Amino acid sequence: MTIRASKLWFGYAVAMAWFYVLLWPLLGIKASGLEFAKSFAIWGKVAVAAAVLLVLYQLKGAGAFGFMQRPASVVGKAAGVFARRVPTWLSLSLVVACAVAFPFFTERYAHDVAISVLVYIILGLGLNVVVGLAGLLDLGYIAFFGVGAYTYALLSVHFGISFWLCLPIAGCFSALAGCLIGYPTLRMRGDYLAIVTLGFGEIVRIVINNWMSLTNGPNGILGIKAPGMYWYNGTSFEHIWLNSLEQLYYIILALAVFTVLAVYRLNYSRIGRAFEAVREDQTAAELMGVNTLRIKLLAYALGAVFGGLAGTFFAARMKFVSPESFTFIESAMVLAMVVLGGMGSIPGVILGALALIALPEVFRGFELYRMFVFGGVMAGMMLFRPSGLWPAKRMGVRSEERE
Amino acid sequence: MAEPILELKNVTSAYGRIKAIKDVSLKVYPGEVVSIIGANGAGKSTTLMSICGVLKPEAGEVWYDGQRIDGLASDLLPPRGLCQVPEGRRIFPRLTVEENLDMGAFFRRDAANIEHDKNRVFQMFPILLERRKQHGGTLSGGEQQMLAMGRALMGRPRLLLLDEPSLGLAPLIVQQIFRIIREINESDGVTVILVEQNANLALKSSSRGYVLETGNVVMEDDAAALLANPDIRKAYLGE
Repeated sequence: MTIRASKLWFGYAVAMAWFYVLLWPLLGIKASGLEFAKSFAIWGKVAVAAAVLLVLYQLKGAGAFGFMQRPASVVGKAAGVFARRVPTWLSLSLVVACAVAFPFFTERYAHDVAISVLVYIILGLGLNVVVGLAGLLDLGYIAFFGVGAYTYALLSVHFGISFWLCLPIAGCFSALAGCLIGYPTLRMRGDYLAIVTLGFGEIVRIVINNWMSLTNGPNGILGIKAPGMYWYNGTSFEHIWLNSLEQLYYIILALAVFTVLAVYRLNYSRIGRAFEAVREDQTAAELMGVNTLRIKLLAYALGAVFGGLAGTFFAARMKFVSPESFTFIESAMVLAMVVLGGMGSIPGVILGALALIALPEVFRGFELYRMFVFGGVMAGMMLFRPSGLWPAKRMGVRSEERE
Repeated sequence: MAEPILELKNVTSAYGRIKAIKDVSLKVYPGEVVSIIGANGAGKSTTLMSICGVLKPEAGEVWYDGQRIDGLASDLLPPRGLCQVPEGRRIFPRLTVEENLDMGAFFRRDAANIEHDKNRVFQMFPILLERRKQHGGTLSGGEQQMLAMGRALMGRPRLLLLDEPSLGLAPLIVQQIFRIIREINESDGVTVILVEQNANLALKSSSRGYVLETGNVVMEDDAAALLANPDIRKAYLGE
């Protein structure tokens, strides 16, 4: 159904007036006085563009594009049928093959972006266990990333312990931190929990910032070792450092694949179902014999483990950690990926991480307006696709309606 | 008569400072169907919540199967055979029907028997088998009630607490639900406590009944006697 034209254009007028009220103070108020010309010029362009889009929308509503739509829908339907024919394992292995082949066809810069995307995918999937499955809104998730990063940084610099050994150690430390933070906080529900986790996230960062003797405070820790491995060079095994971006890319890819598999298994396990039950109705879950505090603590600790793994890699890749990397905005970013992608959905979270990390890189040209566009896109997403890019499970039809 | 499977001794429960039930005592013997009837706000649901530990009684004792259970965490009771179909059904809306049933058997580890019990539930409520892949929240009210009952049965209860199973359902569905209640009582030997506003229906399918009024037990008798009692007929059966 299309909206009536008068209503549409009235909405357009209101939106444009509102946009100007927002835009003018940003561009028009200067120390030297007020200015209108520049803001009008930009506003005019946006208004014309929006008007063109609206006209196109109305034309579409009137069926003017029927000649294009019909063939397009046929193609779309055929693609849909084809996609359903292709077995899941085939499409999955295609995705993995593309990911493995990626470094051969791209530049250094692209490797760099891909590594960040994969780190955020792990973070997103970890947070997804907490937020998407168990329904616990955690605004301080990045603290576990920090715990993992500092665990490896300190163990590597002071004791020279290798990256591979530190992965499980950092995972355990993060899980421990998760339990310590979770035990007092998880008795709370909903909004209260969100605020308390926000507080704990900041506490971890501030402790790192001020514990000079251990963490070197805001100066950070330098000289962290890259992951190493033994390589057979024809005559004997020699130790090499995996310093290049391609090598690091494969390490984080392996970690990401491990995370996807682990979270997938968790999703369909008995414990995963208990997480979801707690999210849906805590009291009912208790009446089913679920120890809700223990289950929530487990969800929190499991989420923290993935944060810790990602943090360990982050420290090894940057070879430097400082508290600045673990601010609230990072937590918000990871949460945004989970929500944007679709809570509780693995492909959704991966898409969300791609959208939030890779797209801003693609649109480097808009540098100045990036956050502006970012905000707009988020608002639009929540209006038009509130359950995410790739929602977890399709909601069924109510059985009364189906009959 | 045998030892009661459940006994409440002078239980008082409150929400904050407001006492919802005062000095409630009741006994339920194995194999019985006991209904608790009363008007809105008489404390029927509060009584159930005090039994299953969602609400901790302020005073009094709750004994189940020879052990004192008041003060126990509510998640410890289903493994002992005390399961509840809570008020408003409270199924998990975004889990599928089958996952909802699996949650009912969460504390059990005997996979083969769980599968058997699930088939049994599907036999009792064939509609659930049809809808097994559907989300719980997409079911109609009656189907949700069946799902809630099936979920509770998945815990192999010895004592089943049912809170208002007929609320908001079509008469035909209500009849079906009550037929199942009688069936699980008679053929499985499950003891049932039935909390109902629909006093007529509840008393007809139970052996004994308690009448609650403003948080007190005002009457207790055989179901048939309560049904015949002129006061009860006037107050709860609309005559």
